[in-house]
Amino acid sequence: MVRLTRAIDFSASLRYWRAELSEAENRALFGRAASQHGHNYRLEVTLRGEPDPRTGMVIDLKELKALLEREIAGRFDHRDLNRDTPYFEKSPPTPENFARVIFELLRAALGDLLYGVRLRQEEDLWVDVVEEPARS
Amino acid sequence: MIRLTRRYRFPAAHVLRSPALSDAENERAYGKCANPAGHGHDYGLEVTVGGPLDERSGALIPIERLDALVEVTLLDRLGHRLLNEDPWFAAAVPTAEHIALVAWRALAPALAAESSAELVRVRLVETRRNSFECGEAP
Repeated sequence: MVRLTRAIDFSASLRYWRAELSEAENRALFGRAASQHGHNYRLEVTLRGEPDPRTGMVIDLKELKALLEREIAGRFDHRDLNRDTPYFEKSPPTPENFARVIFELLRAALGDLLYGVRLRQEEDLWVDVVEEPARS
Repeated sequence: MIRLTRRYRFPAAHVLRSPALSDAENERAYGKCANPAGHGHDYGLEVTVGGPLDERSGALIPIERLDALVEVTLLDRLGHRLLNEDPWFAAAVPTAEHIALVAWRALAPALAAESSAELVRVRLVETRRNSFECGEAP
């Protein structure tokens, strides 16, 4: 088994906001993050698998690049996470929630090839999501 | 499984000399690091937390609270200090191993006391070439 990681950069705007709360309640709960702002994200996607015996590769990186462009950049790059995507109506686009959404999207697109994702929101802050280890 | 990691920094000085060793043994064990006048590093401290996502905030712990907790518990105490003078190192040479362990032991209960997030790993980066971890392997 081999693991490989490919990165993609994108930028988006967002705010932490719950529609059922008043403006004052949102500000009390989320502070500055309740105001419209933006981030430069870096996503590191880790796949796992056995190299194909003919090509020696787990996946064609051109194919992975195109898939990440479609699934991630296509949905999120230079978009507003609250207005342009359906994923944060119930819970705000914290790095934890965003990483979980991305993991599920890539799980659907890549299946068992996906090992995990690391979403970097700043140089000094990142979230890892991997499958829960099977309980024995 | 979700893990959030935040990186902090603090500059500190230390002297690696053990009272259990002779001068010659100290020089042999610690080399340049045994200089009695001390030396220092810009330490990096990576704090990794896990646990349930709080439904209301969508976070393991609000970042500002984690920052405040780490600052009060560790950075204010260890930053801009000679570590050998801190009671945490009264009976332990302030090697990076011990600094990582001290950080783990201080932060785990402090985090448990005021949040549902759980400390899963501490990584102390002493230089670009050396780092030391306690807790869950990455």
